[in-house]
Amino acid sequence: MNITGLTLIDTIKALKEKKFSEQDLNEAYLSRINDLNSNLNVFLEIKNNSKGIPVAIKDIISTQNIKTTAGSKILSTYIPPFKATVVEKLLQNNVSIIGKTNLDEFAMGSSGENSAYGPTKNPWDITKVPGGSSAGSAAAVAADLAVFSLGTDTGGSIRQPASLCGVVGFKPSYGKASRYGLMSMASSLDVPGPFTKSVADARLVMDWISGEDGLDSNVFSNKLRDSSPSAQNDKIKGLRVGVPKEYFGHGLNSGVGKVIREAIKKLEDLGAKIVEISLPHTEYAVAVYYIIMASEVSSNLARFDGIRFGSKREDFGEEVKRRIMLGTFSLSSGYYDEYFTKAAKVRTLIRRDFEKVFDPSTGSGCDVIVGPVSPTVAWGFGEKMQDPLTMYLSDAYTIPASLAGIPGLSVPCGFVNGLPVGLQILGKFMDDETVLDVGEAYENATDWHKEKPKI
Amino acid sequence: MKIDVKKVAKLASLPLSEAEEEKYSKQLSKILEYIDQLNEVNTENVEPTYNVSGLSNVLRPDEVGGRTISQEDAISNAPKKKDGFIITKGVFEE
Repeated sequence: MNITGLTLIDTIKALKEKKFSEQDLNEAYLSRINDLNSNLNVFLEIKNNSKGIPVAIKDIISTQNIKTTAGSKILSTYIPPFKATVVEKLLQNNVSIIGKTNLDEFAMGSSGENSAYGPTKNPWDITKVPGGSSAGSAAAVAADLAVFSLGTDTGGSIRQPASLCGVVGFKPSYGKASRYGLMSMASSLDVPGPFTKSVADARLVMDWISGEDGLDSNVFSNKLRDSSPSAQNDKIKGLRVGVPKEYFGHGLNSGVGKVIREAIKKLEDLGAKIVEISLPHTEYAVAVYYIIMASEVSSNLARFDGIRFGSKREDFGEEVKRRIMLGTFSLSSGYYDEYFTKAAKVRTLIRRDFEKVFDPSTGSGCDVIVGPVSPTVAWGFGEKMQDPLTMYLSDAYTIPASLAGIPGLSVPCGFVNGLPVGLQILGKFMDDETVLDVGEAYENATDWHKEKPKI
Repeated sequence: MKIDVKKVAKLASLPLSEAEEEKYSKQLSKILEYIDQLNEVNTENVEPTYNVSGLSNVLRPDEVGGRTISQEDAISNAPKKKDGFIITKGVFEE
C-alpha cells in the first residue's frame, strides 16, 4: 500500500481498520521527507514523531516550543511560548506536527522566493516556483510529504500556490477560523486554511479548525454544517454558477483559459446553470489591496522592536521593507485620505460587486462564481523578481475575494505544458459549504486531483 | 508621486542604506503611479470598508482566561533579560 498517497479521510479509515499503524504512517512520511526535502526545500523544521496524523504547518503559524521563523531572518531563533488556536484544534483531533513549512517572509510574496531560507521548488518541475506565499505547505501536499497542511491566505496565499502545485487549497470566509497565533500580516484580510489531497479532506479540516475560541473577536459562532460526501453530486444540479468576464481578460494565458473553460463546461454537464456576470471593479482590486494590506502590514510589523523577541529591524528582507514603507506612506499625515481612505472606499465597491451578483433580486442570483485562480501556470525562478508590480499583478484573480472576505477554493482542473491549473470557486460570505459542495462535485466527476508529480 | 523616502523610513523606524533609499524611491513611485488609477473611481457617498465581519464591540467577561502563560515563558524570547524583566535602553534622561 502506498501510504503517503492516501487522502486524509482514507488515512483515518486505514488506521481504524488497522491496515497500518500510526508509527508506520509517520515513518512512511518521514522517509519520504528524508529523500526529497533537500531537493525541494519544503520544510524549515522537521519533527520526528511516531504518533498522530502528520500535518505540515506554515511557519507563520505559532507552534508551542517549535521554532517559528515566518521565513524571516528577524525571527531566526524565535520559539513561541504558546500555540495558535488552529494548531490546538488539530492536536485535539489526533493530528501531529511533522514539520514547519517554508514561505515568503511574513507571507509577503507570490512565488516563495522571498524566504530568508531559500526558495521552495515546485514538485512538478523544480525549475519553477511553487507559488506563494504558502509555498512549502502547497509543495508538501503535492509531493506527499504530509497528509495535509495549513497555510494562510491574505490576498491569495493559499489558493494560488494550491493552483500552481496541483492540490486542493481552501480560503474560508473571514471569521470562520480563529487567527489567534497567526503572526499578523494584514488583520482585515488574514485567514488560516487547509491544503489537502481532496475537497472532502478540506471539509474535514475546516470542521476541525472552525469556530469561536474567545481569542479572535471576528470569529462567528457558527461551525460548518455536516454534510455527507455521497450527497454532493446532487447538490450542484440547478445551482447558478457565475462566470465573471473580468477574469478572462487579456492578462489570462490562453492555455489556462482553455482549461478553465473546459472545467466550466464540466460543471454545466453536471447540471449547473452557467451565468455570464460582471464584477466591474475587479481592475482596481490590486491597487486597493496594496494600499490596505501594506498599511496594515506597517502597523502590525511595528511590534518587531528587537526588545521582546527577534533581532533588529535591519534584518527584514527586501519585500517586507518595501511594504512597510508603502504602508507607512499611505497612513502618513497628508496622504491618509488620498490613499488609505480612498482604497477603503473602493473596497466597499468591490464587496458590492459580489453582493449584487449573489443577490437573487438583481437578476444574477448566483450561488457561486468560478474562474481561474492564477492567470498563468508556475513560472521560472527569478522571472518576476526584478519588478515588484509584475509580481503583484499575478494575484489579480484572488485578491478581490480577500477584500470581500468571501470563501474561495482552488481545485485541480487540468494541465498546461505539464504544469497544474486550478479552478477557483468563490461563494457568498459565510456560505463556505456551497463552495465545497461544488468543488467536491467537480472533483468526483474528474481525475485531475489524482495526478501526482514524478519526483 | 515622489515619496520622501528618508522621512517615511524614519516614521517606519526602518534603517535603510543609501542604495535601498534610491531603489525604494524608484519602485514606490512606480507602484503609487499604478495606485493612482483609483482616482478614476467615483466614491462619493461610499462608506469605507475596514472590516468585513460586520461585528463590533464583541465583549467577554472581565476575568482571566484559561490560556495564559507564565512570566518566564512570556519573556523567553527577549534578547536581554534579568530577574524576570526585559532589559532595554532607558527612555527618560537621568
